[in-house]
Amino acid sequence: MSLLKEPDFGTPAKDGPATVSLEVDGLSVCVPQGTSVMRAAAIAGVDVPKLCATDRLEAFGSCRLCLVEIDGRRGTPASCTTPVADGMVVRTQSPKVAKLRESVMELYISDHPLDCLTCSANGDCELQDMAGAVGLRQVRYGYEGENHLDAVKDQSNPYFDFDPSKCIACSRCVRACDEIQGTFALTIEGRGFASKVSPGAGESFMDSECVSCGACVQACPTATLQERSVIQLGMPSRSVITTCAYCGVGCSFKAELRGDELVRMVPHKDGGANEGHSCVKGRFAFGYATHPDRVLRPMVREKITDPWREVDWDEAIDTVARRMVDIRRRHGAEAIGAITSSRCTNEEVYVVQKMVRAAFGSNNVDTCARVCHSPTGYGLKQTFGESAGTQDFRSVAQADVIVVIGANPTDGHPVFASRMKQRLRQGAKLIVVDPRRIDLVRSPHIEADHHLQLRPGTNVAVVNAMAHVVVTEDLVDESFVAARCEEFDQWAEFISRAENSPEAVEAITGIPAAELRAAARLYAQAPNGAIYYGLGVTEHSQGSTMVMGMANLAMACGNIGRDGVGVNPLRGQNNVQGSCDMGSFPHELPGYRHVSDDAVRGIFENLWGTALLPDPGLRIPNMFDAAIEGTFRGLFVHGEDIAQSDPNVQHVLAALGAMELVVVQDLFINETAKFAHVFLPGASFLEKDGTFTNAERRINRVRAVMKPKNGMHEWDIVCQIATAMGYPMHYDHPGQIMDEIASLTPTFAGVSFARLDEVGSIQWPCDDDAPQGTPIMHIDAFTRGLGRFVPTPFVPTDERSTRRFPLILTTGRILSQYNVGAQTRRTANIAWHQEDLLEIHPHDAEDRGIADGDEVTLASRVGQTKLHARISDRMPTGVVYTTFHYPVTGANVVTTENSDWATNCPEYKVTAVQVALARPVVREQEAHALNGVLAAELVD
Amino acid sequence: MSLNAPAEIRMINSIAAHFGYLRTEQAATAVADHIRKFWDPRMKQRLLLLIASDTRDLDPVALSAAVLLR
Repeated sequence: MSLLKEPDFGTPAKDGPATVSLEVDGLSVCVPQGTSVMRAAAIAGVDVPKLCATDRLEAFGSCRLCLVEIDGRRGTPASCTTPVADGMVVRTQSPKVAKLRESVMELYISDHPLDCLTCSANGDCELQDMAGAVGLRQVRYGYEGENHLDAVKDQSNPYFDFDPSKCIACSRCVRACDEIQGTFALTIEGRGFASKVSPGAGESFMDSECVSCGACVQACPTATLQERSVIQLGMPSRSVITTCAYCGVGCSFKAELRGDELVRMVPHKDGGANEGHSCVKGRFAFGYATHPDRVLRPMVREKITDPWREVDWDEAIDTVARRMVDIRRRHGAEAIGAITSSRCTNEEVYVVQKMVRAAFGSNNVDTCARVCHSPTGYGLKQTFGESAGTQDFRSVAQADVIVVIGANPTDGHPVFASRMKQRLRQGAKLIVVDPRRIDLVRSPHIEADHHLQLRPGTNVAVVNAMAHVVVTEDLVDESFVAARCEEFDQWAEFISRAENSPEAVEAITGIPAAELRAAARLYAQAPNGAIYYGLGVTEHSQGSTMVMGMANLAMACGNIGRDGVGVNPLRGQNNVQGSCDMGSFPHELPGYRHVSDDAVRGIFENLWGTALLPDPGLRIPNMFDAAIEGTFRGLFVHGEDIAQSDPNVQHVLAALGAMELVVVQDLFINETAKFAHVFLPGASFLEKDGTFTNAERRINRVRAVMKPKNGMHEWDIVCQIATAMGYPMHYDHPGQIMDEIASLTPTFAGVSFARLDEVGSIQWPCDDDAPQGTPIMHIDAFTRGLGRFVPTPFVPTDERSTRRFPLILTTGRILSQYNVGAQTRRTANIAWHQEDLLEIHPHDAEDRGIADGDEVTLASRVGQTKLHARISDRMPTGVVYTTFHYPVTGANVVTTENSDWATNCPEYKVTAVQVALARPVVREQEAHALNGVLAAELVD
Repeated sequence: MSLNAPAEIRMINSIAAHFGYLRTEQAATAVADHIRKFWDPRMKQRLLLLIASDTRDLDPVALSAAVLLR
C-alpha cells in the first residue's frame, strides 16, 4: 500500500484495440477483448468494491466483494473474473449486491481485530476503506467463536512484520510473490477457516526463500504485512517521486516522509523501469543515508599521516583549488585529473568532467565504468555505432529465446530478473552461459534449456562457436544482413573456419559441442532472440571482443531493431550509462564524441570559452601507473572507493600513496579516503536533485527528498572548485546543467527537467526525430548506418592456472549487498550477508582438507587474503567464487592488473589462485583415526 | 610474453593479437590508430622509449604499429 494512491483498475490491462462496448451503471465504455468487467467499470469511472483484486495481479475471485449484476445472466458474478462482452449491461449497485457485500464484509470483520485507531495502517487500509464503501454499520458475530486474533506475529525480517491476526487470506501476498517477483516463497497453508499465509513450509520469513523484495508488503490490503518503519514512525504524510541509487535497473520510488524523516520507499507503479516492483536494496536499504558513520563536514590534512582537521567549505574548496593549481604549475596540467562516479547524477558527472577539461586543463577524467562496462561502450560503438543497449526492459516480454551471458540478474538486477522470469514462465526458452550455476539455471517454474557452463575466460570461443553454427548451418537471416549490415563476407569467412567450430573449441571451453550447437540453433531459429549480459562478459582481457562477438551473432540472426530482441548490457550501478554519456571517458566528450574531432571540440570550446586538448587523457589504470612513475600527482575522486573496488589493491595503494594530493568526495571515510588529503562530504541520493540514466537509456529524475546534510550540493562544490582555480563555473539549478548538456549533446537535445517532470522519463536519443525518446534502437538503420561485422579472434588470457595457482577465481555480487558495500553494509541487509565467503567445489575442498566454514587463505601472484569457505557445487571443479562487499576480505587484493585489450577494463573474472586452510586443523574423524593408530602402536 | 613486461609492451601486444585477423600492414595501422585514439600521449612516449632500447618482447605487428606512431 502507499500514501500516494495510484489508480488501481482491479485487473491487468489487456493488449489490443478497444473493440468491446458495454454499459456500466448507465455509462458507456469500450475496452479491449478479454478485459474484466471490474476493469471496464474502473475505466468508466465506477469503482467496484474489492479486496483480493489489484491490477498488478491476475484476477483471483476469492473475496466475493466485487459481485455485480449483468442483464441476461443469472446470479451475481464476480466482476474481476468475468470478461466483458459486446453489448453487456452491468449494474454495480443494487439492493441485492449491496446486501451480499455487506454480509461478506461482516464476516471479514468478525475475524479482524477492531483496533483501527491504533493500527499502523490506519488511513491506509483497504479493509477499512471497503467497510466504509459497502456501508457496514454492524457486525452480528462476536469474537466468542473460533478466530485468528491470537495468531503470533513473525518479526524475523528486519524490514517488515507479518501479523497473521490481521490477515484476510486474500492471497494477494502469495500471488505477488508468484506473479510479480517469481520467487514462490509464500503459500496458503490449510483449508477453509484454517487457511493461513505461510512462508515456505511453516518457516519464518527469514528462514524461508523470501528475498524481501517487498512485493507482498506492497500487495497487502491490511496491516498484516507492514513495513517496520511505519509501525515505529507512523504513517507518512508526504511523498516525493525519485529514483533508486543502487543498480542499473533504475527503479522509480515514492519516498514517503513524515516531516523530514524518510519512513519508507514505495515502488512507483508508473516507473518505466520497474512498474511498481522493487528489490530488498531499493525498497528497504536506505538507512545508510542517516547512518552515524556519515561525515558531514569537510576535512583537510597536510599529509595522510596527519590527523584530519574539520574546516568550513570555503577552506576546503580553497585547499583543493590551491593545491591542484600548485601541482599544475610545477608538473603541468597532465599531472592532475579526476574520477567520476556512476553513483552520481548526470549533472554532477557532467560538471566534474567539465572541471577537468576546462579548469584543470587536461583530459585526465575517467569513470568507474572503466572497471565494469567500458568494453560495452567500445564494442557496441564499433558494431552498431552507439555505446548503449538496444532495448527497453519491457522488450523482454516479447522474447522467445533469452540468452543470459555472464550475468546473474536475480542477484545483480533483481527487478529486471522478475520481468525476465515472468516471460520464462510464459514459455520463453532460456540459455545461460556462465561458469557458475546461477539461480536462473533452475529455480521455481524455471529451468534453462541449456546451461553452457564454460571455463572462465573462454566467452569469445563460445560466442564464435555459436556464430559458426549459424553461418555453417545456413541459419543466417540473409535479408537482414543484406539490407542492414556490412563487412559480412569477411566475418563469415573468419567465423566459418574449422578452428571456430563447437568441436574445435570444446577442449577450450569445456562445453560439449552438441550442447553448444543445440543452443546456437535455438537462438538462431527463434522468432525473437534476445541477449542480456553483464560483467561476466566485460571484465575479461577479451571483454570488448566478446561484446562485438555478441553483436555479430545478433546481427547474423536478424535479432536487432524490434521488440523482443537486441543486445542488452545489464549495467552494474545506477548511472553507469549516464556517467558514460556525460563525457567521463578521457577520449570522449559528452555524447561519445572523440576529443580529436576539431568540429566537436569547437562546439564545446565556444560554449565553455576555453581551449580543449585534442589528445586522450589517462584511464584509471593508467593514472595509477603514471602516479607510481611520478607524472600524475593530483586526483579528485568523486564517489568511488578505488582502494577497494579496483584490482590489484597493492598497486592502487602504492599509486595513491605516491600522489601529492588526493581529494575524496563521499558519504563515508572509505578505504580510498585513508589516502586522502582533503575529504569533501557528499550528499546521498535522497538529498540530490538531478537525473540518472539506467541500463535502457532511460533518463529518470532524482528529486531531493531532504536538504543536503553536508550543507552543499555536490554539483555546486565542483563548480566552486573550478571557479577557485580560475575557471568560473556557475549554475543556479541542476536543471540549467541539463539544459547545457542538451545544447551540446545531440542525443539529449529534447531533454530538460521540465520535459522529464511532464512525461516521467525519457529514453535517449531524444531529439526532433524522436521527441518522445527511443525505447528501441536501430529499428530502420543502425546509428552508424550499416551494422558492422567485426571478426573476433579468440585470444586466450595470459592469466592461466599453474601448478602454484591451480584454481581460477571469479568474482561477483550478491542480492543483499551492493558493490563495495559502503551503503548496504550500513543497513540491516547485513542480516543476510555478514562477510564475503569463498565458494569452492566439494572436490577441490576435499583435496585441500577444507570443510564448510573453515577459514582459508586465497592467494594469487599479486596478493593474498583470508576468508571462510562455503562448499558448493555451483561452480565446476577448478573454479572458486567470492564477492567483494567487505573491505576486511579485500577480494581485490588477489585480482591482477590484467585488463581488456581495448579499454583496460580489469579482468576481475579470471585470476589464477590457490586456496589452502588458513590454520591446519585436525578433524574429529582424523583425530579418531590418529588415536586408533597410536593405540595400535601402543598395543604392538 | 612475460607477465612482468612493462605495461605498455603488454598492452600493445594484446591489441595486436586482437587485430590478428587482418593482414600485417592493416593490423599495424589498426593498432596504431587504436593507440592514437585511446592512449594518453605520455604512454605513447613511454612505449617508444621502451622500444628504442629493447624490442625482444614485442609482437611483430606491434613493432610495425610502433613505427607508425613515431
